[in-house]
Amino acid sequence: MYVAVKGGEAAIDNAHRLLADRRRGDRSVPALTLDQITEQFALGVDRVMSEGSLYDRRLAALAIKQARGDLIEAIFLVRAYRTTLPRFGYSEPVDTGAMLIERRISACFKDLPGGQLLGPTFDYTHRLLDEELDGDPQIAIGERRESLTDAAARVADILGGEGLVEEDVDPAGQSAPGDINHTPSEFPMSRAMRLQSLSRGDEGFLLALGYSTQRGYGRSHPFAGEIRIGEVEMEIIVPELGFAVPLGRIQVTECQMVNQFKGSAKAPPQFTRGYGLVFGQSERKAMAMSLCDRAMRAEELGEDVVAPPQDQEFVISHCDNVQATGFVEHLKLPHYVDFQAELGLVRTMRAEYAQRESTFQTDLQEAAE
Amino acid sequence: MNAMSRNATYNFAYLDEQTKRMIRRAILKAIAIPGYQVPFASREMPMPYGWGTGGVQVTAAILGPDDVLKVIDQGADDTTNAVSIRKFFERVAGIETTTHTAEATIIQTRHRIPEAPLAEGQVLVYQVPIPEPLRFLEPRETETRKMHALEEYGLMHVKLYEDIAKNGHIATTYAYPVKVEGRYVMDPSPTPKFDNPKMHMSAALQLFGAGREKRIYALPPHTEVVSLDFEDHPFEVQRFDRPCALCGAEQVYLDEIVLDDRGGRMFVCSDTDHCETRRAEGHRGELGGELSGEAK
Repeated sequence: MYVAVKGGEAAIDNAHRLLADRRRGDRSVPALTLDQITEQFALGVDRVMSEGSLYDRRLAALAIKQARGDLIEAIFLVRAYRTTLPRFGYSEPVDTGAMLIERRISACFKDLPGGQLLGPTFDYTHRLLDEELDGDPQIAIGERRESLTDAAARVADILGGEGLVEEDVDPAGQSAPGDINHTPSEFPMSRAMRLQSLSRGDEGFLLALGYSTQRGYGRSHPFAGEIRIGEVEMEIIVPELGFAVPLGRIQVTECQMVNQFKGSAKAPPQFTRGYGLVFGQSERKAMAMSLCDRAMRAEELGEDVVAPPQDQEFVISHCDNVQATGFVEHLKLPHYVDFQAELGLVRTMRAEYAQRESTFQTDLQEAAE
Repeated sequence: MNAMSRNATYNFAYLDEQTKRMIRRAILKAIAIPGYQVPFASREMPMPYGWGTGGVQVTAAILGPDDVLKVIDQGADDTTNAVSIRKFFERVAGIETTTHTAEATIIQTRHRIPEAPLAEGQVLVYQVPIPEPLRFLEPRETETRKMHALEEYGLMHVKLYEDIAKNGHIATTYAYPVKVEGRYVMDPSPTPKFDNPKMHMSAALQLFGAGREKRIYALPPHTEVVSLDFEDHPFEVQRFDRPCALCGAEQVYLDEIVLDDRGGRMFVCSDTDHCETRRAEGHRGELGGELSGEAK
């Protein structure tokens, strides 16, 4: 008796109704507001903006709520929305040297112009669960001082004066950075396009790859030259006006990794650099990104490409979590037509195997007799 | 109705016209060089990569308001992903859809080619997961592109030869590589090799979209498509030793349905439209009397 596997349409509708129900959870618990998410899950929101490649805290919070807290699903929602947006133009390069700094540290220098500024960091907290947060305890307002008078020059620029660190130029001398949304990816890929891919790449994937470079897979002896978090001004040139117009401010995290380099046939001994820049406060991601960026510059600097993080085709092709999750999860889709084909093949091959075995046994017996 | 008003902000068939133009340019190039994989700036779609985004982008780019769309997955119109994609286009393009192969102007498919021969003017859009036939022999795109450029397909023949040396026959049952117009080796997408001969000299235009891998390729109508083989080991398709249990069709691809945990099996057409059409015409297989058992 055969009942066809049918009714896909009704099943899908019902599944989605149940999903909506589960997303809301116990109705006696108040629903999360987007403000609560942006205010209290700010770093999750930042990750969704950064990997969703769209700077909009409200939409990121909405996506997190809709995705039941599954950040990769939220990133996917944001990406699928941003792809439909028209592109009005490209902003002017952001001057991170003029950043309104909230956090700025350098592991290379004890002190430096502009000073070290810890800012809101988990660093040096003891990771002890705080049961008080089960409620809503009074939290003191953070200390703030008046804005810094010293200009906080980028550390890379401080070292750059001596020629110890390579200059900040695209070696290929390309003027336009390219756009990974409009150009099919082809390898070798320019550094600018690689950085675009890394900036929206999966934090976990880049973290693991960056970590592997520290453990010897394409080692590049990194120092955290500088990490800075703060707001930068976005400007766009309107052709009708002929000058740059400010669009507003966005928060970014920038990491300049300074890496030892003994020199090669292609470049003199000097410090080389790895770069990371991501939306919001995403320090781990910016650091991992700069490790991966530096590792992928192996060929340009005349190093041997021996480990996965140095292989741009490997890193760039696999760093996008929207692509990765889609393809891994597509294994859930029916594959029974292909499975049927394989079943037939395995049956044939097993029959052939059994036949060979029995012929072999007969031969053995005959030989023994 | 809330959903409707939100949908109103999307362009016809979801993609903006600029993106469609970009995809159409890639399609035209693909048609001009049959079997060649054209890179294109694939977009995120509102369904996951690996779930047909390439096919959906191709369909969105060629779809017009008068088109009639059929979507199949595993040969069936009612598999969940086919339902989902069909609903997507109903919603964002408001076009007419059908399950009848003959009525469709565009058929988007995953893993099968309909049993009924396609006609001139029809377009078959394949969803492709991995467009590169050489991928599992050489993981690097930079290398495989070079191999295609130099028509360097020795590696593929060695692989097929090794199959024969080891097993006595070629052990590839789906995504069986083909050569197009004597030039490019092409992945027919993971259709069973049973369907390969249908690609050859088809009257329909065949378009292949790989969203995640950002490639489009094509077979214009009446293109020569030859499955790779050897003179002494000619290409063969799967054979089933029984007809469809519902409609009695022979020489069609069958799904194996597990009936119980005691080894009970039945074999039915994978192409549901073909099966239903035949039953409507009065054909019956050994278990075909129980039409009422099917939910709608």
